[in-house]
Amino acid sequence: MKSAAAPAGLAAPSGRAAGGRAARQSLLRGLPLLPSLALLAVFLAGPIVYCVYDAFTDAQLTGAAETHFVGLDNFSRAFDDPEFINSLWLTLVFVIGSAVIGQNTLGLSLAVLSEKATRPMRSLTNGVVIAAWVLPEVVAGYLMYAFFYQQGSLNNVLDLLGLPGQNWLYTMPILAVCLANVWRGTAFSMMVYSAALNEVPRELVEAAEMDGAGVWHRLWHVTLPVIRRTVMTNLMLITLQTLSVFGLIYAMTRGGPGNKSQTLPVFMYQQAFQNSAIGYGTAIALVLLVVGALFSVVYLKLLKVEED
Amino acid sequence: MAATDVRPAPGTGHSGPDARPAPATGTARRRIRPARIAVNLVLLVISLLFVLPLIWMVCASISSTAGFELSLPSPPTLDNFHAILNTETTFRPMLNGLLLCGGATLLCVVVSILAAYPLSRYRSRLRRPFLYTVLFTTGLPITAVMIPVYSMFVQVELIDSMFATTLFLTASALPIGIWLMKNFMDGVPIVLEEAARIDGANAMQSLTRVVLPLMWPGVTVVTVFTFISMWGNFFVPFVLLLSPEKLPASVSVFTFLSAHDQTQYGQLAAFSVVYTLPVVMLYLLLTRKLGGGFALGGALKG
Repeated sequence: MKSAAAPAGLAAPSGRAAGGRAARQSLLRGLPLLPSLALLAVFLAGPIVYCVYDAFTDAQLTGAAETHFVGLDNFSRAFDDPEFINSLWLTLVFVIGSAVIGQNTLGLSLAVLSEKATRPMRSLTNGVVIAAWVLPEVVAGYLMYAFFYQQGSLNNVLDLLGLPGQNWLYTMPILAVCLANVWRGTAFSMMVYSAALNEVPRELVEAAEMDGAGVWHRLWHVTLPVIRRTVMTNLMLITLQTLSVFGLIYAMTRGGPGNKSQTLPVFMYQQAFQNSAIGYGTAIALVLLVVGALFSVVYLKLLKVEED
Repeated sequence: MAATDVRPAPGTGHSGPDARPAPATGTARRRIRPARIAVNLVLLVISLLFVLPLIWMVCASISSTAGFELSLPSPPTLDNFHAILNTETTFRPMLNGLLLCGGATLLCVVVSILAAYPLSRYRSRLRRPFLYTVLFTTGLPITAVMIPVYSMFVQVELIDSMFATTLFLTASALPIGIWLMKNFMDGVPIVLEEAARIDGANAMQSLTRVVLPLMWPGVTVVTVFTFISMWGNFFVPFVLLLSPEKLPASVSVFTFLSAHDQTQYGQLAAFSVVYTLPVVMLYLLLTRKLGGGFALGGALKG
């Protein structure tokens, strides 16, 4: 099976006479890959290539029988557009605030605390946090809308504690959507970190404990270095997931009020479908893709498909 | 409702190739009490904050006078459920969702098993580039692809086609599906397959008779998670489907949300409960049998 000898590639171009049988064999072996290759090529690679083309045209959603090649117009327009710059900033705030700081830190804390908690408490926390994650996106958006609404649960609780309430969705919508995304996404980090913490050698932690290292010291100098790769993987994955969050924000605020929670995906959607500027919308999509691709490359470097 | 029941049952879990015995609770026992109480208190507060929106949903769904404030329904009523349980509002969108997401999940699982086999079993010069590409694709924001997909679908007249939407959903879930499936398949020892080969089985036979039965937990994890993420996906059907009678629940709940006035929060909450129920049930099923998300967490960690 593991015929490390197989010299030719999985989908080696056929026809070359040399080692005909081996080539035919590897072709046969690569056959099961075909359905996935076809689907990925048509539905993912195709649109991405098309995206690159469309971003340089003035394609419109309605009418406009012909589209023209407009070069970099869409991009120069974007970077001159205060609304685009605004949504770029908001995307940055959203990704760093809700993913890198919120989900990541809370997920790690929950995983660490869960290890030290009583069993029922651990089950309760895990259950509740994961329930928020399992909820469909729009339902989560709706529940978070209700939660942050002026007469909603959050203000009810604050009122109960004697703290002043806020019209969250109006005064600080970006904070509200960040917290909503933390609520929805923390489970993922928590699960990934719990799995990783299980792998930390117990002797290592106990040895540090013997040496009199405190909780923080152990976490910082023993646990974190051991799960370093998991931390990076998790950060990368949640960053990428958060970058493309659309339904949650759209259901909560539609990017508003005004454009105070209009992240790139929402801005892109509004330009392409509500203003019918497909070309412009695609240019924004391309920016989003490039940002995602850059993160993806870093993620790949960190992960390094196992050496073999 | 089921929300608080979604328990990952830490003790039962950790199937899959990265299986590990649950950590002994011994060390925790030895902790001094005050610290442990503090930890439990902190977790309790966090849990309460996390569960509040869910409690609101359940309360509002059985209340006749639901608003956004948190209040116990008195008296509880099933009127909201009676109002929404009809073909138009609930059954058809749920069926559409089942067709779209069920079809795409099935396709995705079969296709990714096929793809994972050569990737897990054979060495080749093209293997590594392919895996890199798959991994790279898992990172691309699908949201950004939707506008070009829309333009493309318009040009080849596939807009509003449930079949085409299913295929697109399949493709969007494939990269992570292939990746997870390959990881799970790597956990099946190759020796067993070699024995089957000696007995004269071909590749397809050893895949279906030897490898698959041994990685059943992994396949289940991938299936359930693919389905759950599709069931909740809003943007793809929102953009690619137009006719109201083709919309799945993820989109219809949204139109429901925008079209109704304040008096019907209760019905909306009831619809949300009904729409959420299938994935919670699936998740619970997975949890009972396999340790749920923790198997996924294990397969994803660096």
